[in-house]
Amino acid sequence: MKKGRKYLQLFLSTFKLSAFTFGGGYVIIPLMRKQFVEKLHWIEEDEMLDLTAIAQSSPGPIAVNAAILIGYRLAGKLGTLVTIIGTVLPPLITLSVISLFYQAFATNTWVAALLQGMQSGVAAVIADVVFSMASGIIKEKKWLPVLIMAAVFVASYFFNVNIILLILICGAIGAVSSHFEEKRKKERGVE
Amino acid sequence: MIYLQLFLSFFQIGLFSIGGGYAAMPLIQNQVVNLHGWLSMNEFVDVITISQMTPGPVAINSATFVGIKIAGVGGALVATFGCVLPSCIIVLLLAHFYFKYQNLTVVRGVLSGLRPAVVAMIASAGLSILLTASFVDGLIPASFADVRFVGIALFLIAFFVLRKWKVNPIYVMVGCGVVGMLVTKLTGLQ
Repeated sequence: MKKGRKYLQLFLSTFKLSAFTFGGGYVIIPLMRKQFVEKLHWIEEDEMLDLTAIAQSSPGPIAVNAAILIGYRLAGKLGTLVTIIGTVLPPLITLSVISLFYQAFATNTWVAALLQGMQSGVAAVIADVVFSMASGIIKEKKWLPVLIMAAVFVASYFFNVNIILLILICGAIGAVSSHFEEKRKKERGVE
Repeated sequence: MIYLQLFLSFFQIGLFSIGGGYAAMPLIQNQVVNLHGWLSMNEFVDVITISQMTPGPVAINSATFVGIKIAGVGGALVATFGCVLPSCIIVLLLAHFYFKYQNLTVVRGVLSGLRPAVVAMIASAGLSILLTASFVDGLIPASFADVRFVGIALFLIAFFVLRKWKVNPIYVMVGCGVVGMLVTKLTGLQ
């Protein structure tokens, strides 16, 4: 019974989030963070960022990948099935309906105005999440993560550097720096 | 066997599109327009436009659209399944390793480098959306005629509301859409 409710909650959460991911896959990340980290407290903030990194570096839509990860993390393989269906159904239904009269939909100026307004909301939602996440990283008072954050922003926004390449480089930097940090700690421990 | 063809085409699209919707578009075009002729170029552009106007990933949207056109609802289901299957396999493998090894020092190190990078990538995507919402063509404009004042005002209000009261983001997005639509259609401002 309790398990059934968890699956239902997972399905409803991902269905609702997917129905509102206008403006590209990234939008699902703030929405998922709000739902699973802040509201339900099912996932930690750091883990959410890790899952985002995995979702981005895997093939396929980010929204689907993130849903797979959340489902697997919270309820195993069956959870994955539930979150995939929850994520895929809204676009499947919407597009099936719209394909019947898409000319009228695509040229309607009221629809265009509604979507234009929603973009401002989407931008604000992303800005809100970036603000929270970035201040979390800055508050740790370590220079390397802040430097990585600034450098990756410049590389991806201004120079369109490939996301996979950025992820590989940053992962390597993280591994090397934590290796030396560990070493320093051990040396200090010996003294 | 049209179902099998749909499945295989969208399986390839799912497998090779890394890094979000824009990376998927040329792949979709190649499979759907160039190789199989399921859609004309005009129809393909319509699908992209509709994808930007509706929720959900471009790849899933086009899978549904093409599937329905070619083989009805069954086609849509098969194409969507094909599109999602590669993600499923690869992401589950990665997830398995992540949850098994996330406490190893090396893995923790790698992840500590990735977290700030992920925040920066989200910020970068967000800034592009903000510019599209604020200016015609999404570029810093040369004249005031290309500034969407309504869009900028909505962004600022929405950001303030989100920070101050932690409102559900979905309400904020829908609210911005409805207010924006009414203001631009009724007053002619943009």
